[in-house]
Amino acid sequence: MINGLLESSPGILNFGIFFLLAFVLLMVVLGFVTYAILAERKVMGFMQMRMGPNQVGGRWGLLQTIADVLKLLLKEDTIPKLADRPLFIIAPVIAFAPAFMVLATIPFTDKFQFADIGVGLLYYIAISGISTVGIVAGGWASNNKYALLGGMRAAAQMISYEIPLVMSVIGVILLAGSLNLNDIVAAQEDVWFIVLQPIGFIVFLIASIAELNRVPFDLPEAESELVAGFHVEYSGFRWAFFMLAEYVYLFAMASLTTVLFLGGWHPLPFLAFIPGAVWFALKFSLIIFVLIWIRSTFPRIRADQLMEFGWKVLLPVALANIFLTALLKELLKLF
Amino acid sequence: MIRTEEMLLNVGPQHPSTHGVFRLVVKIDGEIITEAKPVIGYLHRGTEKLAEDLQYTQIIPYTDRMDYLSAMTNNYVLCHAVETMMGIKIPDRAEYLRVLTMELGRVASHLVWWGTFLLDIGATSPFLFAFREREMIINLLNELSGARLTFNYMRVGGVKWDAPEGWIEKVREFVPYMREQLKGYHELVTGNEIFMNRVKGVGKYTKEDALNYSLSGVNLRCTGVKWDLRKDEPYSIYDRFDFDVPTRQNGDAWTRYQCRMEEIEQSLKIIEQAVEQFPAEGDILAKVPKIIKAPKGEAYVRIESPRGEIGCYIASDGKKEPYRLKFRRPSFYNLQILPKLLKGENMANLIVVLGAIDIVLGEVDG
Repeated sequence: MINGLLESSPGILNFGIFFLLAFVLLMVVLGFVTYAILAERKVMGFMQMRMGPNQVGGRWGLLQTIADVLKLLLKEDTIPKLADRPLFIIAPVIAFAPAFMVLATIPFTDKFQFADIGVGLLYYIAISGISTVGIVAGGWASNNKYALLGGMRAAAQMISYEIPLVMSVIGVILLAGSLNLNDIVAAQEDVWFIVLQPIGFIVFLIASIAELNRVPFDLPEAESELVAGFHVEYSGFRWAFFMLAEYVYLFAMASLTTVLFLGGWHPLPFLAFIPGAVWFALKFSLIIFVLIWIRSTFPRIRADQLMEFGWKVLLPVALANIFLTALLKELLKLF
Repeated sequence: MIRTEEMLLNVGPQHPSTHGVFRLVVKIDGEIITEAKPVIGYLHRGTEKLAEDLQYTQIIPYTDRMDYLSAMTNNYVLCHAVETMMGIKIPDRAEYLRVLTMELGRVASHLVWWGTFLLDIGATSPFLFAFREREMIINLLNELSGARLTFNYMRVGGVKWDAPEGWIEKVREFVPYMREQLKGYHELVTGNEIFMNRVKGVGKYTKEDALNYSLSGVNLRCTGVKWDLRKDEPYSIYDRFDFDVPTRQNGDAWTRYQCRMEEIEQSLKIIEQAVEQFPAEGDILAKVPKIIKAPKGEAYVRIESPRGEIGCYIASDGKKEPYRLKFRRPSFYNLQILPKLLKGENMANLIVVLGAIDIVLGEVDG
C-alpha cells in the first residue's frame, strides 16, 4: 500500500494519508512511552520490594505517567540567563527528532512498515547518531559545568559505542546478505540470528545499552556524580523532550534488536497460528524487560573504564566475530 | 592553538552525593581533580557551646543529632563520661540493653552506608534492600525508646525505659534473618565486576597516613591496624563477648567495604551473645541523685562508634552543667584526609572516595 502511494503522483490526498499515518505512529509511540515508563517503574518497584506508582489511575497507577506529563506541561519554562538561547531551545528537538525518524524503517510485521529502504540498517545507525549532537548541544548551551561534563561524556561515549554497535551487526548482514531490515527478518525464517550470532548479539546488546544511556552506562546523566548531567538546566517540557527521546530510543532499539536477532515477527515452531504482530510485541517486551532488569541490578561503570571496555574489549570481539562469521560462511559453502 | 583551562566546580552543598550539606570546591582539568577544598559548617549547631548551659540529662537529646545514624553510641559516650566522673556502677540489665541498642545501631548505620554508597556508585536496588532491614532495626529501637532516629534513650546511670515484653525475642529472631539477607547482599553486589572495578585501588592510603591523619574506625582498620576500642579498651560489658575485629591491609575503598560488611556480622554475633546472656530481671537505672552534678575535675572517655573513635571530654566545676564539653567526632577527623586522596582522581572517583569514608554531616559540623 505504501509503495503504491509512493509511486503515485503527489497530491493533497497522498500528503494527508502520510501525515495521518505518521500521526498514528507518533500516537502509538507516545502510548508506548507512557506505559513503558510505568512498566519500568512497576518492574523496578517489584524488584526492589516496593509498590511503584499506585495512586493515580487505580491500583496499577495507569494514569501516573499522564499526570506526570501534564505536570511537566504546566511547569514554568526556565532558560538560564547566560545560556545560549537558540541552541538551548533547539537542542531537545535535535535529540528527539531522529529518535522518531528511525522508527520509519522498522518492520513491525510483514505488512506494517513505513519505509522499506534498501539500506534500512545503515539509515537507522546514521540517523540515530544525530541525537548525540542534540545532547552535546544541550550540555553546552546550558552554560553549566555539570551539563558540560555530561555533554562531553555523552559525545565520547556515543562515538566509542557506535563503532562496536555497527561492527556487531556486520555478522548479521553477512548472513542475511542484505542491509534491508525486511530481508534480514526474512532470512531468519528457520533459525533466528541470536543462535547463529551469539557473540554478535551480546556485543550488540551491551553497545545498545551504552547507546541508550541506560544503567550501567548512564554516565552522561550520572545522577550521583553530575547531578543530572546534560539536562541539569532543563525543566518543564524541554526536559520532557529529552526523556521522550530516551524512551523512544528504547522503543526503537528494542525493535531493532528484535528484528536483527530475534526473528522479527516470525513465530516459534508450531505456534504459527498466533499473528506476527503478537510475536513481535512479545519479543520486544522481553528485550525491554531485560533492559529494566539490568537497570535495577548493576552499578554505574566509570568513564575511563567505559572507554577501555568499548575500545579494548567490545571492538576486538566484534571484529573477531565478523572474521569468524565470514570464515564459517565460506567454509560451509564448500560442503 | 588549543587552549585548555582548569575549571572550578562547586560540588555541594546541594548535591545528591555529599550526604547532606557538605561542600567541596574542586579544581578540575577535564575530569581530573587537581585540587579539592572541603567547606564545612553548614550544619553547625554549636552543640558544645549549648551544652554549657544545659544540665547533663538535657544534653543527651543534642547528642542524638550529631551522628544521627547511630544515635545510641552518642548517647552512650556522654552518659559514660558523666558516669566515669561520678563513679556510678551501672546495673547489668541496663548494660545489656545499652550494648544491644548500640550494636543494633551499628548494624543499622552500616546498612545505611552500604545502601547509600552503592547509590552513589549508581546501583539503585541495594539502597532499598538496606533500608528494608534498617527499618526493622528502627522499629525495634522504636519499641524501646518511642523514637525512630533521635532516641534519647540512655540516661546517666542506665537507660530510660525497660525492654517491653517479647522485645528480646524479636531481637533474637532478627539475627538469623539479617545473616540471611547479608548473603543476598554479597550475591548482588560483592562479586559484581563493575562494582569491583569501581572500588578496587580507589582512595588508597597507607598505614602511616592513616595514623598521621588520626583516622579511626574502619578507615584505620582497612590499612591493617587492629584497633577497636571495644577490644583494646573495653568499656561497658564488651569484655564479656567473643568477637573479631575485621582488618584488611590495602587501605582502599574495597577493603573499607569488606571491613564494614564483616563488622555487621561481628555485631550480629555480639547481639546474639547479649540476647543469650540477657538477665531476666534487674534494675535499668542505677541509684543516681535527682539532679546530676559531676564532681569538680575533668574526664575524657572514648568508645567505638560505627564511624570510629568518638570521645567525650567534660570539664566540670561541680555544678549541674558542664563547664566545658567537647566531643571528638570521628567523621570530622576522618574527613581531613579527603583533599589528599582526591588529588589526581576523576569526578567519578570523588564520589567513591567520599562515600567510602562514611561521614555523617551532623557529626562533622557538630
